[in-house]
Amino acid sequence: MYTTNYHRASSVDEAAALYAKGTDAKYLAGGHTLLPVMKQRLTAAGDLIDIAKIPALIGIEASGDTLTIKAATTYFDIMHSQDVKRTIPAIAHLTSVLGDPAVRYRGTIGGSVATNDPAADYPAALLALKATVKTNKREITADEFFQGLFMTALDDNELITAISFPVPEKAGYAKMRNPASRFALTGVFVAKLKGGEIRVAATGASQNGVMRVGVIEDALKSNWSASALDNIKVSDDGLMADIHGTSDYRANLIKVMAQRAVEAAG
Amino acid sequence: MSKAELALDADNKMIGLRVKTYANFGAYMSLFSSSVPTYLYATLLSGQYNIPAIYTEVVGVYTNTTPVDAYRGAGRPEACYLLERLVETAARQLKVDPAELRRKNFITQFPHQTPVIMAYDTGDFNASLDAALKAIDYAGFPARKAKAKSEGKLRGLGFSCYIEACGIAPSKAVGSLGAGVGLWESAEVRVNPVGTIEILTGSHSHGQGHETTFAQLVADRLGIPISQISIVHGDTDKVQFGMGTYGSRSAAVGMSAIFKAMEKVEAKAKKIAAHQLEASENDIVIENGEFKVTGTDKSIALPMVALAAYTAHNLPDGMEPGLKESAFYDPTNFTFPAGSYICELEVDPGTGKTSFVNFVAVDDFGRLINPMIVEGQVHGGLVQGIGQALLEHAIYNDDGQLVTASFMDYAMPRAEDVPSFKVSHTETLCPGNPLGVKGCGEAGAIGASAAVINAITDAIGNNKLEMPATPDRVWHAIHGNA
Repeated sequence: MYTTNYHRASSVDEAAALYAKGTDAKYLAGGHTLLPVMKQRLTAAGDLIDIAKIPALIGIEASGDTLTIKAATTYFDIMHSQDVKRTIPAIAHLTSVLGDPAVRYRGTIGGSVATNDPAADYPAALLALKATVKTNKREITADEFFQGLFMTALDDNELITAISFPVPEKAGYAKMRNPASRFALTGVFVAKLKGGEIRVAATGASQNGVMRVGVIEDALKSNWSASALDNIKVSDDGLMADIHGTSDYRANLIKVMAQRAVEAAG
Repeated sequence: MSKAELALDADNKMIGLRVKTYANFGAYMSLFSSSVPTYLYATLLSGQYNIPAIYTEVVGVYTNTTPVDAYRGAGRPEACYLLERLVETAARQLKVDPAELRRKNFITQFPHQTPVIMAYDTGDFNASLDAALKAIDYAGFPARKAKAKSEGKLRGLGFSCYIEACGIAPSKAVGSLGAGVGLWESAEVRVNPVGTIEILTGSHSHGQGHETTFAQLVADRLGIPISQISIVHGDTDKVQFGMGTYGSRSAAVGMSAIFKAMEKVEAKAKKIAAHQLEASENDIVIENGEFKVTGTDKSIALPMVALAAYTAHNLPDGMEPGLKESAFYDPTNFTFPAGSYICELEVDPGTGKTSFVNFVAVDDFGRLINPMIVEGQVHGGLVQGIGQALLEHAIYNDDGQLVTASFMDYAMPRAEDVPSFKVSHTETLCPGNPLGVKGCGEAGAIGASAAVINAITDAIGNNKLEMPATPDRVWHAIHGNA
């Protein structure tokens, strides 16, 4: 690791000010992506601004038809939150199969969403549930937010403060784990929103990161059941191929995981 | 990479085996790389079977990968995998019960000279297969398979009846094969003046538990607490020259050297005790840490014998002071641990993911000194074999770059990947060493992978499957486009 100056911010404004003043500044939350690449000297931060302890960024609120999870809330807290379990249990489930206990104690939803790793779990939930990403500057819909591998709509020095999810009628998540890294080899989040809209998002599969799966959404529109997907075929165009899975295998996994997610959603 | 052909007669008796193998050495010769796919592999291609004619040819190939060397089992897992996959395939093609095909061809008379150098000293292959069949409830398998099918899962059962050559090995034999070293082991037993005992061994302990097992051997012989004994290893400042820990040899060779040194120590101590007690040394027996004159109430405790040895005030005429002996042990043959493994598992046809239902391991390691340590060794070996069967793979790209260089890409077995094993033992004593032990360190890694792949191919009904059987590969094999 190269030399870095560590700062712990106590408010969002202070964090933004430190960032603006810093040299090659970076924000640090759970650190599961940033710290390993810093250790490998693949990246360097002159100033590292820790936002994980900012009180305004931690907490979960469920009110009316909305579940709001603040950005620096850890996976552990999300997984065990009664508000999450009551309103969108699929998010509690997704979180319980994310990483391992050590990861879940440190990792934050804001960090995962801002990183937009192509095999991360949360982006699929945001996209399927039509969530809104709230920042210290504006609100961005999930459709606009995710812009390809590790790419998001965030501007330089724009901080996610919270994610707000409309509570759906039904939702489910299923994933196949990469046997080595345990990231999603392919994970699928299915949602039937209040008002009837059906959205399905897959992670770990596409070369462009999290994606909607139109062919599955169409099939579920006419019949919300796992068997409605028995005869559909997901194209492997644009899907990833690596040592753990070919693109046709991932295309199959999108269908199979969607079926299991629908079964889990009920 | 191997091409193997097995010939059977009309009665399903094996009559011949022909194997041609190309083995990767990597870019440079390393310590054992040439012997692993030859002397440690081809010599075990007879397995547990009476095969009158075997022809094997091994071609070592230098490539642009990292040099390879011995890894738990070293050559023997490859021999077991090839033969057990071949026998299972034969059973499927002949439409006969794979257990019965094995049983029909088992070696039952010992000693048995195979056509590929090895002379098996002892064994009872039917006993371990019977115990494994019982433990897995073989008769109930068809019903379990049908039930799994009704739940959308593909269930399979796979055998692996392995044999290995351990206790590596007679120095003369390895010398004739071109080895640059002798493969004996050394031991020194030091009885200190206060009666505590130090055992100096060349069999280094790096997780095998020699500190426990070796001390247990000595404690049991003398009837003293294990706390009185310390095992000294790994310090070249203290320990005499030795040959080391590998090839499941520490018990069969290292402990046999300790056994020999202990015999010398005990013989001298008996002489001293007899002299002190004014009795004949032939009447001295060792019980509960005491040297007793048999049939009398006269005795002297070990610490007093040791003290007498070191004060030398009253020793038999001509006896040197002190109580310390060393020994070298060179075995007369390899040892031949063998066993039967049966794996029952389910494959999820949607994802190709394998889940274990049951894994039975019945091993014949000869006499067990410490069953708990043996069980731990078997568990570790099985996990390693399962890792090879399902997960682990060093992958190079076309430029020779290793692409599985971190655990983000190289899949190691984790606790959730393996079942709770059912481990048990049968026992035929090894006649080649004074303890009757055979060695247990590598068996699991040698036998497990064939059982796993035989079970998966049984489950999916497609015999064409390479290791590691990743979900992606299994899914492709199920759907016929592997």
